[in-house]
Amino acid sequence: MANMRTMSFDAVIVGGGGSGMRAALQLSQSGYKTAVITKVFPTRSHTVSAQGGITCAIASDDPNDQWQWHMYDTIKGSDYIGDQEAIEYMCQTGPEAIFELEHMGLPFSRTEEGRIYQRPFGGQSKDFGNGGQAARTCAAADRTGHALLHTLYQGNLKSETTFLNEWYAVDIVKNEDNAVVGVVAIDIETGETVYVKSKATVFATGGAGRIYASTTNAHICTGDGVGMALRAGFPVQDIEMWQFHPTGIHGAGTLVTEGCRGEGGYLINKDGERFMERYAPNVKDLAGRDVVARSMVLEILEGRGCGPDGDHVYLKLDHLGEETLNAKLPGILELSRTFAHADPVVEPIPVVPTCHYMMGGIPTNVDGQALTIDKEGNDQVIEGFYACGEAACVSVHGANRLGGNSLLDLVVFGRASGIFIEKQLREGINLKEAREADIELAMTGLNRINNSADGEQASVLRAELQTIMQNYFGVFRRGDFMQQGIEKLNALRPRIENVALDDKSNAFNTARIEALELQNLFATAEATAIAAEGRTESRGAHAREDFQERDDENWLCHSVYFPDSKTIGKRGVNFNLKTREAFEPKIRTY
Amino acid sequence: MLNVSIYRYNPEVDAEPYMQDYQVDTQGKDVMVLDVLEKLKTEDPSLSFRRSCREGVCGSDGLNISGKNGLACITPLSSAVKGNKLVIRPLPGLPVIRDLVIDMSQFYAQYEKIQPYMINNSPAPAIERLQSPEERAKLDGLYECILCACCSTACPSFWWNPDKFIGPSGLLQAYRFLADSRDTATEERLANLDDPFSVFRCHGIMNCVQVCPKGLNPTKAIGHIRSMLIRSAT
Repeated sequence: MANMRTMSFDAVIVGGGGSGMRAALQLSQSGYKTAVITKVFPTRSHTVSAQGGITCAIASDDPNDQWQWHMYDTIKGSDYIGDQEAIEYMCQTGPEAIFELEHMGLPFSRTEEGRIYQRPFGGQSKDFGNGGQAARTCAAADRTGHALLHTLYQGNLKSETTFLNEWYAVDIVKNEDNAVVGVVAIDIETGETVYVKSKATVFATGGAGRIYASTTNAHICTGDGVGMALRAGFPVQDIEMWQFHPTGIHGAGTLVTEGCRGEGGYLINKDGERFMERYAPNVKDLAGRDVVARSMVLEILEGRGCGPDGDHVYLKLDHLGEETLNAKLPGILELSRTFAHADPVVEPIPVVPTCHYMMGGIPTNVDGQALTIDKEGNDQVIEGFYACGEAACVSVHGANRLGGNSLLDLVVFGRASGIFIEKQLREGINLKEAREADIELAMTGLNRINNSADGEQASVLRAELQTIMQNYFGVFRRGDFMQQGIEKLNALRPRIENVALDDKSNAFNTARIEALELQNLFATAEATAIAAEGRTESRGAHAREDFQERDDENWLCHSVYFPDSKTIGKRGVNFNLKTREAFEPKIRTY
Repeated sequence: MLNVSIYRYNPEVDAEPYMQDYQVDTQGKDVMVLDVLEKLKTEDPSLSFRRSCREGVCGSDGLNISGKNGLACITPLSSAVKGNKLVIRPLPGLPVIRDLVIDMSQFYAQYEKIQPYMINNSPAPAIERLQSPEERAKLDGLYECILCACCSTACPSFWWNPDKFIGPSGLLQAYRFLADSRDTATEERLANLDDPFSVFRCHGIMNCVQVCPKGLNPTKAIGHIRSMLIRSAT
């Protein structure tokens, strides 16, 4: 590849969503030469679909609110495998990060006092679970992600970040010391392949909800960062932990915000019963998402589902009145009318638990540095490599993410990664140059696809993969089923590696991109399957019929999936709070 | 079977663009136009188009659908098919890269020209800048823009002067910052727009309003900017 062009930056951020653009903003504001590689124009990233808000103790709704209460809720919500040091950092730093966004122009909804409007979300409490429901989710109507993403893009335009829009990162380039020194990327418009060299490479590639057949995630959520990290031999953590959002629109999969229930909406079964009263007597429809999703599936399995096939339940909003719905949930009215053909002002929305969020990802420390685990079981920093947002597992969500915490995670840790890399760049980063052979190695996967001679279509293989994941690794899981699922994945692997690319043209060839994305979907799915089969307990979003109890003795820990051996290891949960004693695991009820 | 006619052009293969006809079995369902495109792509992977969120918030799949600009993912067949025929073309007025994918650089350049970010050089408070619900309500109908370009590429004034006329989308965003009680650069913003082309090429044709998939009204925003420009001139 002697004639391949090289571009060189201080920092390269892969992914132009919320976390990537927050990291980029930090670095370009400090004058470092920063590039964002993004496969879609930045405001088309999946952050745009976040609706309900960003949870943070800014003490607007309740002047006495405390970030420590938010920390408690998040740790409990994580079913105690969220790292407490990271959660403490997120909840404590959060208000500063939110106010920065507001100063940048984010059009938050407002209270009569002129402060940022906050609404109640699931799993929120005051006084460490003793003071009743809190309203802690800062909102811009029900378009918070859109408002946040556009504000961050605008901020980056102001600070003159370099955007490589509609570029697709193919694989990581490692030097002879196994440090990350950039990526190989394709300019989608021209098809040119470029080595994008960097002193710091940040993966902010988002989630991979498209491994499931039914997902709230955009088409672009294909686990590109996880796939690249695994191919480079780096581990991923807690990848079995997938959140199924209680309210995806039945059939379409599009998200209906938890903010609907925060504003007073509730779920009903075919008898019109508000069934969450049985499963979570205290907070009802505002229990953790894992709890609500499982309750819904049980209602459906026990024959109380709605519709001709009894395969969904209803979300009732009409009692809130048209005025409130127009003011607080205008986007939901639009989505429901378009995709469910139901007008929430007069009728309920058909909803079903739908794959929504990847709690696991590339393990990192609080500074965004990506980690691997050495033979003695100690954390090792991977030089030059960072991750933040949904692609990372820092881990603030543990086994179950609370609503509104994903936007906070991506802002706080995008910012933290930027701040840390700034410091490192100031002190000097000296990594060995990649050799010709190192770059050649990163081209392997792309070369294989470019040279494909036969094989099956990406769309067919993708659909098969999604069906396997949906059927064998869904809301409820069972060992023998999962083993069957893993066998099916094994059979699918060579077919996916041999995917067809009939059209080898260069200009905006989306077939090539989809073939590459398929490899990342498969890598993420395989890691999910093996980790899910390996964790022999039920915790948070991981619910096993054959191991129904949480097993703190054996599994109060992270799972770590190693791609070379395709095995699972364990990594300790961080219980080191700086400001108080750790929160000990308790039975989790709502 | 639904008859679908799609604009095709691959610069490496085709001397010129052409319309390709397909037949699609929609099983009588009123699916979205994007669903039809996805189905066709499984049969003909060489067909290129942009898409992402598939729920009308990311703005990727603005297309000219049976003669009207709109988002493929939220346009049901029932509102787009005429005489059992669906015609899909790229958004008009901008260069085509391939098939349904257009080069949006001119559109984005106009957006960047209006300084689409908050300017407020007074020291930031320790908390948020306060804004009353009434002040915040002035941003409704403005901030929701998804930059899909359906409006600007439906605008004859933008077709003639894509390099000089900001276009409805950019002007909607210009007004979004002019209308924000927290922004202090009103004079500077107006000065940047005060020439014969940036704003005044709008002739009130209102194609933008007719096609906006988010129900926004750029013409109204442009009217507000005009008034502000005229007021500041007197």
